[in-house]
Amino acid sequence: MPLIENGHPVEDRFIRVGDDEALPDGAAVLIGVDRFLKEAEALRGRQAPVGIIWPNNRPIGEIEPFLGQLSLIALVFPSFRDGRAYSQARLLRERLGWKGPLRAIGNVLRDQFLLMARSGFDQIEPAKEADAAAVDEAMETYTVFYQPTADGRPSLLRQRLGRVAAQE
Amino acid sequence: MYVYDEFDRAFLAERTAEFRDQVGRRLSGALSEDEFKPLRLMNGVYLQLHAYMLRIAIPYGTLSATQLRRMAHVARRYDRGYGHFTTRQNIQFNWISLQDLPDAMASLAEVGVHGIQTSGNCIRNVTTDQWAGATPEECDDPRIWAEILRQYSTLHPEFTYLPRKFKIAITAADKDRAAVKVHDVGLRLHRNEAGELGFEVLVGGGLGRTPFVGKSIRKFLPARHLLSYIEAIMRVYNQFGRRDNIYKARIKILVHEIGAETFAAAVEKEWEAIRDGALHLSDEIIADIRARFLYPAYETLADQPAELTEALKDPAFATWHRNSVTTHKQPGYAIVTVSLKPVGAPPGDATADQMEVVADLAERYGFNEIRVGHEQNLCLPNIAQKDLPALWRALEAAGLATPNVNLVNDIIACPGLDYCALANARAIPVAQEIAKRFADLEKARGVGRLHINISGCINACGHHHVGHIGILGVEKNGQEFYQITLGGRADEHAQLGTLLGPAVSYEQVPGLIEDVVDTYMELRSGPQELFVDTVARLGIEPFKERVYAAH
Repeated sequence: MPLIENGHPVEDRFIRVGDDEALPDGAAVLIGVDRFLKEAEALRGRQAPVGIIWPNNRPIGEIEPFLGQLSLIALVFPSFRDGRAYSQARLLRERLGWKGPLRAIGNVLRDQFLLMARSGFDQIEPAKEADAAAVDEAMETYTVFYQPTADGRPSLLRQRLGRVAAQE
Repeated sequence: MYVYDEFDRAFLAERTAEFRDQVGRRLSGALSEDEFKPLRLMNGVYLQLHAYMLRIAIPYGTLSATQLRRMAHVARRYDRGYGHFTTRQNIQFNWISLQDLPDAMASLAEVGVHGIQTSGNCIRNVTTDQWAGATPEECDDPRIWAEILRQYSTLHPEFTYLPRKFKIAITAADKDRAAVKVHDVGLRLHRNEAGELGFEVLVGGGLGRTPFVGKSIRKFLPARHLLSYIEAIMRVYNQFGRRDNIYKARIKILVHEIGAETFAAAVEKEWEAIRDGALHLSDEIIADIRARFLYPAYETLADQPAELTEALKDPAFATWHRNSVTTHKQPGYAIVTVSLKPVGAPPGDATADQMEVVADLAERYGFNEIRVGHEQNLCLPNIAQKDLPALWRALEAAGLATPNVNLVNDIIACPGLDYCALANARAIPVAQEIAKRFADLEKARGVGRLHINISGCINACGHHHVGHIGILGVEKNGQEFYQITLGGRADEHAQLGTLLGPAVSYEQVPGLIEDVVDTYMELRSGPQELFVDTVARLGIEPFKERVYAAH
């Protein structure tokens, strides 16, 4: 399954490693939160990038002490109807200042791609092949947005004001 | 009226195109029914007992004549010639076929009407006082703030997949006609001692199978902080609301389980971090939204014009006037409630013909404006008093002048087992039968203000918990039974009704209600003591004794 980054297919350089598998030397790895917390000290000295899968039922604030040693954060949608990771994503971007890659994994479907992008995800791991091919279409479904988020898109409240100001 | 601009129209066109594409992908099999369901729900499309149902939002209850006329067109062309106004300022079309849905939606979209977020686990249509902008009781027009919330909540990227649906209501008058205490968030707009506008914020109210009256978590929130505070509430709920059990997923359960104080502390902490951020409502932004509401160009008129005084000599007109006409903030004008509760008809239904009559009358006499209230009646908020006699004659001819507003036969009822896939029992025929028992409006007037609310299942769409008399349909061994509660109310003194006793059969309900009303008539301290006040004073025991002795 291709990985989408900022709307484009990219190669996934992170290897997903299970809790009881050995970490491959020198390779970027994506590991679960339990293993990460248990091995955090040892991982601090690792020479290759480490990414973490943070579950959606764990307060995202707890990740803060570890941000400096992470190269990727993956947030989970167990079902597309479970929207907890949207809040986690915004908090990571807007509160905790996470600038690195933020990946949506799990039951990730095209009708939610744009919501994910607006919430701060820059990487999307689509659950369906066909959805990956439709990423441009999905991202362009809307051109106007009512509310501000940290995705940089102008919101209507501000645009309207700008328009009123320009007319005066 | 709020005037949509090119941004709103562009958004609506994009939304319509998106849904057409989603329907196409459903039909091709690219989307499973499980994946499609939340998408259609968030466009107002339900699968009912017999057909698809389309629920259309009437934001803060305000409609133009053009919009209402288009609804009449949809009712006639795609439905069976009528629509059903709900308790949440929506209208439902119960008989639209799936293949007609995109066309019906496109037809409505042409006049800026849609079903966006009328269902699904998102922030729903924000509701408010149907007299907004017209009543002298309010401190500000609550629709300004409902519109700000509508914009904020429309396709909110963070809050489109909440644990459960989320309903917000606003009142700006001390007399609460928006039932804010039984909403997920209730907002009471008022001025503080310094004269500044702000909101009292209530959370965790709601009906359904676990009813609660909302708890106040902030007495005064300066109005400019509305969006950041709502965002803080939503963010706490989205992260910590229960998702393991659909019946425990509403915010009221979270607030109940962790306690209002703990919940409030979490909200305040979140809010501290965002209160001065991008959601801060500057004076310019508020003024911009405010400027997009156009108010009628009222004439300078005096109260009690000769035309009105003369007409009041007609007892039939005088009766209607006393019942259905209310004081306007502008001298010489009045607020008119249009009863959709003619005795014997389904509460809240309007035929296409009736919708067109009301649209015509709004154009001729009412500055093009119509309102929808949570009691399932319509309202013409801006009528010159001198036009009241002519308006009454036209309403009367269309069966829209039943003078029973707030009376025992002005019943709120959900669609019940006649339409709804969730229902356990019928609601509409119960309402019709009770209304017939009080068809003598002289008798109904003697009883005074009495709200009967009927739900066909514990989901409580008919708001039975907050009816002065509440009737809940349940199923027992394949038969319809009904539980009766007394003493509920949805206003500023909101409380839940108390169960009267064992459930009774479908056939017994109308007689039992008559007995309850007869008991009240005997026990009340005088005609000025309303039913709900007698119940508050005496409790349910005297009613219980009398009613169950008889049955």
